[in-house]
Amino acid sequence: MSSLIKSSIARKVVMALSGLFLVLFLALHVTINFTSVISPDTFNQWSHFMGYNGLVQYIMQPILILGVIVHFVMGIVLEFQNMGARTIKYTKFNGAANAPWVSRNMIITGLVVLAFLGLHFYDFWIHEMTYKYIEVNPEDPTRYYRETVEKFAPIWRTVIYVISFALLSLHLWHGFASSFQSMGVNNKYTPSIKSFTKIYAIVIPLVFVFIAIYHHLNPITH
Amino acid sequence: MKIYLKIWRQKDASSKGKIVDYTMDGIEGDMSFLEMLDILNEDLISKGEVPIEFDHDCREGICGTCSLQINGRPHGPDRLITVCQLHMRSFKDGDTIVIEPFRAKAFPVIKDLIVDRNAFERIQQAGGFISVNTSGKTVDANNIPIRKENADKAFNAAACIGCGACVAACKNASAMLFTSAKVSQFALLPQGRVEATERVQNMVRQMDLEGFGNCTNTGACEIECPKGISLENIARMNREYLSASIKG
Amino acid sequence: MGILDSKIPSGPLAEKWTKHKNEINLVNPANKRNIDIIVVGTGLAGGSAAASFAELGYNVKTFCYQDSPRRAHSIAAQGGINASKNYQGDGDSDYRLFYDTVKGGDYRSREANVYRLAEVSGNIIDQCVSQGVPFARDYGGLLDNRSFGGVLVSRTFYAKGQTGQQLLLGAYAAMNRQIHRGKIKSYTRHEMLDLVLVDGKARGIIARDLVTGEIERHSAHAVVIASGGYGNLFFLSTYCMGANVMAAWRTHRRGAFFANPCYTQIHPTCIPVSGEHQSKLTLMSESLRNDGRIWVPKNLEDAKAIREGKLKPTQLKEEDRDYYLERRYPAFGNLVPRDVASRAAKERCDAGYGVNKTGEAVYLDFDAAIMRYGSEKALTTGLKDADDAHIRKLGEEVVEAKYGNLFQMYEKIVDENPYKTPMMIYPAVHYTMGGLWVDYNLQTTIPGCYAAGEANFSDHGANRLGASALMQGLADGYFVLPYTIGDFLADDIRTGPIPTDTEEFDNAEKDVLDKINRLMSAKGVNSVDYYHKKLGKIMWNNCGMSRNAEGLKDAIKEIAALRKDFWENVKVPGAADDKNQELEKAGRVADFLEIGELFAMDALVRNESCGGHFREEYQTPEGEALRDDENFKFVSAWEYKGEPKDAKLHKENLVYENIEVKTRSYK
Repeated sequence: MSSLIKSSIARKVVMALSGLFLVLFLALHVTINFTSVISPDTFNQWSHFMGYNGLVQYIMQPILILGVIVHFVMGIVLEFQNMGARTIKYTKFNGAANAPWVSRNMIITGLVVLAFLGLHFYDFWIHEMTYKYIEVNPEDPTRYYRETVEKFAPIWRTVIYVISFALLSLHLWHGFASSFQSMGVNNKYTPSIKSFTKIYAIVIPLVFVFIAIYHHLNPITH
Repeated sequence: MKIYLKIWRQKDASSKGKIVDYTMDGIEGDMSFLEMLDILNEDLISKGEVPIEFDHDCREGICGTCSLQINGRPHGPDRLITVCQLHMRSFKDGDTIVIEPFRAKAFPVIKDLIVDRNAFERIQQAGGFISVNTSGKTVDANNIPIRKENADKAFNAAACIGCGACVAACKNASAMLFTSAKVSQFALLPQGRVEATERVQNMVRQMDLEGFGNCTNTGACEIECPKGISLENIARMNREYLSASIKG
Repeated sequence: MGILDSKIPSGPLAEKWTKHKNEINLVNPANKRNIDIIVVGTGLAGGSAAASFAELGYNVKTFCYQDSPRRAHSIAAQGGINASKNYQGDGDSDYRLFYDTVKGGDYRSREANVYRLAEVSGNIIDQCVSQGVPFARDYGGLLDNRSFGGVLVSRTFYAKGQTGQQLLLGAYAAMNRQIHRGKIKSYTRHEMLDLVLVDGKARGIIARDLVTGEIERHSAHAVVIASGGYGNLFFLSTYCMGANVMAAWRTHRRGAFFANPCYTQIHPTCIPVSGEHQSKLTLMSESLRNDGRIWVPKNLEDAKAIREGKLKPTQLKEEDRDYYLERRYPAFGNLVPRDVASRAAKERCDAGYGVNKTGEAVYLDFDAAIMRYGSEKALTTGLKDADDAHIRKLGEEVVEAKYGNLFQMYEKIVDENPYKTPMMIYPAVHYTMGGLWVDYNLQTTIPGCYAAGEANFSDHGANRLGASALMQGLADGYFVLPYTIGDFLADDIRTGPIPTDTEEFDNAEKDVLDKINRLMSAKGVNSVDYYHKKLGKIMWNNCGMSRNAEGLKDAIKEIAALRKDFWENVKVPGAADDKNQELEKAGRVADFLEIGELFAMDALVRNESCGGHFREEYQTPEGEALRDDENFKFVSAWEYKGEPKDAKLHKENLVYENIEVKTRSYK
């Protein structure tokens, strides 16, 4: 088993599995976020559930954080290995001739998304932790919508949001379908997986961006 | 036509190399790329200089010896061919052509444009075979019927010429396409199933030991492979490896 | 028989091999561990032999100049491998394969060897399939066959147009398994420069590490030479650039007789020469002749117009075309043996009917096949009313499935689409039937020194049939040498390791170093290629598809003069103790300059036409080869005596007891 985790293929599978898990999480995340555009009450309900349900808080949330960490750490480890596999660089390397930009620059799109995650954690997760466990405030099932919308008031945060999701889109564009290849799935369904990946990589970030812009343009006035 | 060449020159494995400029005139489109280099070498010899060393042998695209990175791409700009099948008609008058050896930590330069691909040998030695002795008493060939589809797929994987273009093209210098071609060939045939578990584990272990990079599914290898070996083979190897690991 | 004892076992033809195997000495498994074998060359013959020796338990060292055994030129064989499996039920048998091979070789090969070849041919297919060689199969999952030139059955197994590659990779895999076990030590980028004899037996070699330039001594109890043919002495050939005769020639110089050097195969379907700069010729598989029709224009004016680019071949009406093979040889048509097809093409081109700029090309036309396959496909897919364009499209698809890679290769090189306009082809040097003389055990005249594959002379006589080279290489390596070498090695179970710090090794190494120093210090004016090209021209003009006494005598003189000039004026840049491709080439060309002369002498001695050896003085009124069985039914085996001109001819008479010697006819 220890040899398994040392092998390049196993590491790729870890990347694929953690990535797919995060992809699934994105779907959940975007769904809940989207309710904020339709119905502030539904959004508050869902957010409160996610924030105070024991299963979510003590099981799902650590798994999610672990997923992010594993995906990130493994990505960095592999990147360093890959850099070390070609010690003398080409004078001229025409990577664009045989592979799309997104597939060759997952580390860039990935690091940008990671930086964004830092901001995101600071904005929401740290805030939640502080609210719940440090300041030990009482439960307030109605605060989420207001807090969320207020976050999008400054233009800079909204711009960062849009840029980050554009890069997330690129990351997904290659990463989603690629994870199937890493896990050994390449068959008659592959063209469909690739098409679905493209739709997913556009729609999900687009909805996130829409929500951000929507709230930026529609601040809470009272 | 007139061609400007920028060629990597390196005296031996331990020396530092550099790009050297050469200019050639009177090049014809019907010349193969290597014949163009032959002419350059003749010229260097007549001037008393040391000619440029490059690997080549069959000059018909099957032995896999030639291995040049031309303008940033293994085997040059055309698809599904090796350098020896590349003709000068693929270039135009006044072009600058950069020629470098295939680069990977696992492929150290021996001299000029020649690299050491013994890492590939060791991967094959680790498991790229079916353990059958020569006896003349093996079963009759037609006692092993094989579905045409699988036979064809096995053939397509077996068409690998071991040139190393996949490694050269890959931004990570990964040898997954090369390794998976052999794993796939045997995984698809009933004769090869017997040792499939050990084969994939041993070959992947050796591949990793050689210091090749990891596959990030960019697909560059498939595009640059002169024999068009498919990425499906990498997926198949991943599958074989996972099931082998689970089985223990 | 004197010194040329072929050691053919007695008894009926079909039982000789079994009887021989039962009677020869064996080495027990424990003793095999104490015996070393050197194999020089790792193509089909060398690779398969090395793997089989190691499986038996011998310690094997292999040497190849390439960076991997997988790159040996066996890999370039396209069409297929023959075996008398009779899977098609078309009446094939060991005898028929034997008969076809002897007849195809124009009755100049040894009966017993050829019969053994046919006998083990089926085992080769079984062995290769067990190794995972992906031969072509039909939809029932069974092996497919196709037919090849010079035979009337379908016995050729194939893997698309890459049969040689797949078989070599099979042998390579078998080698890899033994390298992994430590039973084979593989020396790549190494070149054998000399054979070392101890007490008259082959006991080692001197090799050069081509990367470091270091001269190395390697000892063994037996040495197998499987270094291929010498066709590269023509400069332009279908051989790989590195193919050379050095190992075989050094062995010859140490006492092994060289047999039939003038038997060369000129392959009819190669891409014609396009210009002065050309470095090699590319073969188009003979399998193309299954479906392609060969023709030239019937009228000289049309041929001239085509050469000048004023007329396109597709514009020429059917009645203005001369399908000369179908005309001359109605029974075999486009599938006559290679030597016949090549000579017929040369005859037409010499008469002024050639169709490319240089006038040295004929057409290979797939139009009829495309339309035939197209109609068939239209019928079977229920398209009764398909028009010509549709049928053509369907036909092109069928042809693409069969020959797609070859058509693509042609288009890459010539820059013309062979689906739309006929291919142009011309004969090129492809294979040498001659080689080191060996007895039935494949042992040369030096005890302990064996030769296998193209490097020996044994099975193809004066002409090799298509798909027989792969068969012979693997037969020698998998099924003959592993048995016969034991007969010699049985005496060596108590010998112990052969030391390399002996006078014999000292002397051999000194010879090698002297030669290298001579080459490096010549400091002349001409590159190695300059001499190689000159030699090639002499050979092609005087010793090519047709030869005559005058031309051969000229060649002998010219080659001797060229050799003298070479040693005085060759220029080898770089250093000897470094990677130096020019030095490698220089050593090889030096040997070509010697064998070229012997080649011409052999052709001059053979006052007859047989197989690939066509002497203009000896032909029928219709221009067919005229054999002289009374005077020349022998193998010429040359003994080295210093200069090539001093070589001494020995004759091994060929005896035919099981086959009636007839005039070869494909009419």
